[in-house]
Amino acid sequence: MAEHGAGDLRLTGLTKRFGDFTAVHPLDLTIPRGSFFALLGPSGCGKTTTLRMVAGLEEPSGGTIHLGDTDVTGTRAHRRNVNTVFQSYALFPHMTVLDNVMFGLRRKGDKQAEAKAREALELVQLGQAGGRRPGQLSGGMQQRVALARALVNRPDVLLLDEPLGALDLKLRRQMQIELKRIQQEVGLTFVHVTHDQEEAMTMADHIAVMNAGRIEQLADPATLYEHPASTFVANFLGQSNLLRARVEGGARDGLVRANTEGQELLLAADSVPEGLTDLWVGVRPEKLTLGEAGGRNRLGGRVVDASFTGVATQYVVRTPWGADLVVVQQNDGSARATPGEDVTLSWEPGREFVLDAAQDDHAGLDEVAVDG
Amino acid sequence: MAWVRRHLLFLAAVLVLAYMLVPNVVVAVFSFNDPVGRYNYTWRAFSLDAWANPCGAAGICQSLGLSLRVGLVASLTATVLGTMVAFALGRHRFRGRAGTNLLIFMPMATPEVVMGSSLLTLFLMMGLPAGTLAITIAHIMFCISFVVVAVKARVATLDPRLEEAAADLGATPLQTFLRVTFPLAFPGILAGALLAFSLSFDDYIITNFTASPSSVTFPMYVWGAAQRGAPVQVNVIGTLMFLVALLVVVAGQALAARRERSRAG
Repeated sequence: MAEHGAGDLRLTGLTKRFGDFTAVHPLDLTIPRGSFFALLGPSGCGKTTTLRMVAGLEEPSGGTIHLGDTDVTGTRAHRRNVNTVFQSYALFPHMTVLDNVMFGLRRKGDKQAEAKAREALELVQLGQAGGRRPGQLSGGMQQRVALARALVNRPDVLLLDEPLGALDLKLRRQMQIELKRIQQEVGLTFVHVTHDQEEAMTMADHIAVMNAGRIEQLADPATLYEHPASTFVANFLGQSNLLRARVEGGARDGLVRANTEGQELLLAADSVPEGLTDLWVGVRPEKLTLGEAGGRNRLGGRVVDASFTGVATQYVVRTPWGADLVVVQQNDGSARATPGEDVTLSWEPGREFVLDAAQDDHAGLDEVAVDG
Repeated sequence: MAWVRRHLLFLAAVLVLAYMLVPNVVVAVFSFNDPVGRYNYTWRAFSLDAWANPCGAAGICQSLGLSLRVGLVASLTATVLGTMVAFALGRHRFRGRAGTNLLIFMPMATPEVVMGSSLLTLFLMMGLPAGTLAITIAHIMFCISFVVVAVKARVATLDPRLEEAAADLGATPLQTFLRVTFPLAFPGILAGALLAFSLSFDDYIITNFTASPSSVTFPMYVWGAAQRGAPVQVNVIGTLMFLVALLVVVAGQALAARRERSRAG
């Protein structure tokens, strides 16, 4: 067994095939020790399979898994110092909560199993529930028992497989904060698998966005959001307005001139890759301003839908060439537009991101709809 | 009229229960009879003679002992084998799985007379003498099917994630089986074992084909006795068996109810 706190988790060329289907294409990934890492992607993208390979519950078809300097690829699940919080919690229904939490320590012959288990239950604020059975607890409480049962073993890596998926929204928010607090408190490496982009963004230091068995982008949440590397990432993480544009001329004063449907756009030169002429220009809804105050880039259109959510109003504005752009305007007291009104949208160069036009602008959209 | 309508369901239930239980009541009542002659078919006088001396009739307790021994050995063996088959069928996909399922079902679907005579033929050909061993082997054979059915139903409801969780938490495959899989499958295994025991204890037809004159089981004894005149002791033992079965059922229910309460509490 690897020594505690063995170091980074390193996946090298990790592959999984089921028959003809490749669930995980050769994957290279280093997850730094002590980080909160999220594997984000739609269902079926290979994130859970990756997690199960790390846990030792699925045998890789190729590649290696290292914990620090130890190769654990061939090590069986019960010999790996890695613990999992399962999506369905998988609590043992015939044991009390305390026995569940002690299960791992008992297998190691830990003399202080009970004291440690009680401490872990305190950590997840279930100190009083030790004598009860999992079936008597609510979903949120069961989730915390599952967390305590895994945490108490102080694994080198704690794997979380959509652990909040079965909880309602309010509880989920609460647990997100709690998980983050616990991770900082115990300082273990957490690898969190989720399809919920907001969950990943809230909790993780680093996120790997997966799609169809491959990593699309690996970055911190802000970079993923501000500078998505692909249309899939742009659409899967939050909403994006993608405008097809063509570069016209070279950079001047740090700006590149481009043209979309006859409208001139100014783009920050450092965001436009060298030699790329056909582009997707992406602008997030909250970066667009209704009116001309937003900046030098302007697009005209007509409001076709306005939905007021309290803190903000979300508009759908249809351009003369028929593209629908989403605009979110903070409720700062300014006048609101009404459907049917002709408006101008504006933003300052540099607030956009630029992608290769060869990519599918609808990538990642269906998955968002399916997974909510 | 309204009273009848309100209590119709209750009345129907009482009638059905009475229909089912009257034979048991008759057996119990006649165990206290003091008959004249060899037949215990008409009520004469109340007597505790038979209860005071249940082994009084010649051979009755030997046959009971044999039935209990055969039942115990057959149900235990069938439970071990049947549980393994049930796990194999419930957990693994292998070549011949559908065929195995069908073969397991066969003994339950085959008429006992056919199976009994076939077994006799087989045993004769193999040179295995009729008797206790032959009876036990035959009982194990048909009990396995019932154990498989009972355990398989339970295995189907077990979440395989629980075993993965156990492995994930450092349990070896053996520890996982002993601490997680077996305790969770136990109700099904117990049900299978009890069913196997009662089937073995109860069996007449197949037993009759495989028995020798020196290996008379309890059902065979009763059958034989009924031809020549049944001693009251048959009723005594019949009533006792019924009470034991009742006790097992009531205990099971009470246990389940208590577990339910502790779960709710």
